[in-house]
Amino acid sequence: MTTATIPATGIDPFSPEVLADPLPFQAWLRDAGSVVHLATHDVYAFARYEQVHAALVDWQGLQSAAGVGLSNFRFEKPWRPPSLLLEADPPRHDAPRRVLSGILGPRALRRLRERWFADAERLVDELLDGPDEFDAVPALAEAFPLRVFPDAVGLGPDGRENLLPYGNHLFNAFGPPNALVEAGNGRAAELAAWVGAQCTRDALSGDGFGAAIWAASDRGEITPEQAPMIVRSLLSAGVDTTVHGIAAVLHAFATHPEQWRRLRERPDLARVAFDEAVRWQSPVQTFFRTATRDVEIGGTVIPDGSKILMFLGAANRDPRRWTEPDAFDLARDPSGHVGFGMGLHQCVGQHVARLEAEALVTALAARVSSIEQVGDGERHLNNTLRAWASLPLRVHRA
Amino acid sequence: MERALELRVVEKAAASEGVVTLTLARPDGGRLPDWAPGAHVDLILPNGDTRQYSLCGDRWDAHTYRVGVLREPAGRGGSAYVHDELRPGDLVGVGGPRNNFPLVPGERYLFVAGGIGITPLLPMIRQADLLGADWTLVYGGRTRASMAFLAELEAYGERVHVVPQDEFGLIDLPRWLAEPDPATKVYCCGPGPLLDAVERGCSGWPEHALRTERFVAREQGAPARSAPFDVELARTGRTVTVTPDVSVLDAVGRAGVEVLSSCRQGTCGTCETDVLDGIPDHRDSILDDAERAAGDCMFVCVSRSLGDRLVLDL
Repeated sequence: MTTATIPATGIDPFSPEVLADPLPFQAWLRDAGSVVHLATHDVYAFARYEQVHAALVDWQGLQSAAGVGLSNFRFEKPWRPPSLLLEADPPRHDAPRRVLSGILGPRALRRLRERWFADAERLVDELLDGPDEFDAVPALAEAFPLRVFPDAVGLGPDGRENLLPYGNHLFNAFGPPNALVEAGNGRAAELAAWVGAQCTRDALSGDGFGAAIWAASDRGEITPEQAPMIVRSLLSAGVDTTVHGIAAVLHAFATHPEQWRRLRERPDLARVAFDEAVRWQSPVQTFFRTATRDVEIGGTVIPDGSKILMFLGAANRDPRRWTEPDAFDLARDPSGHVGFGMGLHQCVGQHVARLEAEALVTALAARVSSIEQVGDGERHLNNTLRAWASLPLRVHRA
Repeated sequence: MERALELRVVEKAAASEGVVTLTLARPDGGRLPDWAPGAHVDLILPNGDTRQYSLCGDRWDAHTYRVGVLREPAGRGGSAYVHDELRPGDLVGVGGPRNNFPLVPGERYLFVAGGIGITPLLPMIRQADLLGADWTLVYGGRTRASMAFLAELEAYGERVHVVPQDEFGLIDLPRWLAEPDPATKVYCCGPGPLLDAVERGCSGWPEHALRTERFVAREQGAPARSAPFDVELARTGRTVTVTPDVSVLDAVGRAGVEVLSSCRQGTCGTCETDVLDGIPDHRDSILDDAERAAGDCMFVCVSRSLGDRLVLDL
């Protein structure tokens, strides 16, 4: 099939209307066909689980090195030096990925577990000393990652308020240059400069993830030139994503009281709950790839050099793969969701995110008998992320 | 994906006197787990032997693995089985891939291969070439006829130095290692005496310049089990029997204990489970040798049990 014969749409997936409520458009995309042409940006869209999964794992045919946003690095200059992880493929991807996988792997995180669980208990205790109603975005979803993650990386105390705006702009910049990107352009250089300055060896403490990255360069596993770029990857991808993932699991429980009761009965479901929330909300909604040759997917030949847009959120609710996909259900096995991606480029920080979420959800489950959402909350629009600007909750202490 | 990978031998070819290559693929033609140069797989042969072989194929082909197998008369029969019994169409179990010998970034590389030690270096050379690094291969062997992959290496021209012992004697290591160069990484794989000599030759080089993999014919003591085994779930007190056709992950799942997983290939680490008793049969691509030996955790999507019983913290 060619673009002339595959289904097409003139709807812009990055328009404010779709970003505010992406589910109807995603359902339409999934039902329209295995491959759909997005006329607004002249890219191919995959929204079914089968094709999204196939695209994610096929690094040979669908590269990341030409950018995982709309911008095609084969023809356009990136707005910042490309990531050594997200925007690279083998062989260049190998060494940075190997080093970071070791530092952020489940074995390495064991030493953080007790500390983060204690930190989560303290944060929840502080919160419960206050009013029963609060905005969960600043009070929990932002507060906990910002309390534990920058320390774990080894950042200095100053300027941490720059992390979220930097990540927000970075994730907007994967989309087209629309109003969301324009709104962030003013501070982009300043934020990028601040982040860059945090990545030097001198700026980092001696015992964090950052120092471990620099130590790997001492052993020759990566070059000294690569080390600060890999620290930058941590700071780019490690904050906003986790914040919105935690907001997603809080929103899920606040709107599914029976699931909260089930978690209270079985606190060991905290990990499953987070992954189920990541499946259900998909904090990272979309990523692009670029065809390295004519690639056939879903019966359609994607021409060499074409951009494809993978709808992770749509794949995570594809009824061809999931039973009752719109239900947030702790009885479900969410294994295999693509909210963290899949394959060679799968989120290298997923175990960090899981540990943060597990710590916070466990602390809440021990202290809160029920959670309700107060009103609809307010969405925060981003070209890549599904996020909350405000998520008012009311809790009842256990 | 159920249990460890079961792959079909799609091609068996003589690479030199005493070396055959096997090309392996999934019976359903699907993608194989990703790997990088230096990686090896565990080959679980139909006769029960388990042997480790470096992957020496093309990682841009996601659908086949290639390994080179030297006939080792002193071995315990694994290599003889491959040479004499294994046929195209046969199925072999495959664990891994795992990589203890990764290619690190470098401006220049000196690759030193002895005999079948050429296998992990082949994909490294290709990548060094792709990256535009300045590299040299010095490849020693008994005789030209015994040295595998010479035809493939011809394409690289003068970067490759072939040193058959019957023509030139042993590799002149002092010549290659005389001048320590901070921009050069030295990669060596081959028999013990060659590695010892290269290590001595690099004693004046910067720390971490030399990276080696000892090519020892490690035959694992315990054969991979084909018999069922029991998994005791310590937190629930239940016991589940795991039959050869099912993964531990699925077996405990059917018993109502869901373990979160993601890749089902032993690569992502999501399904890590603590082992309280028993000895795991590790088939993952994550743990290094020391962590494997510790035996205190396993990845239940692919790893199994060496003994009759495993106790897991589930």
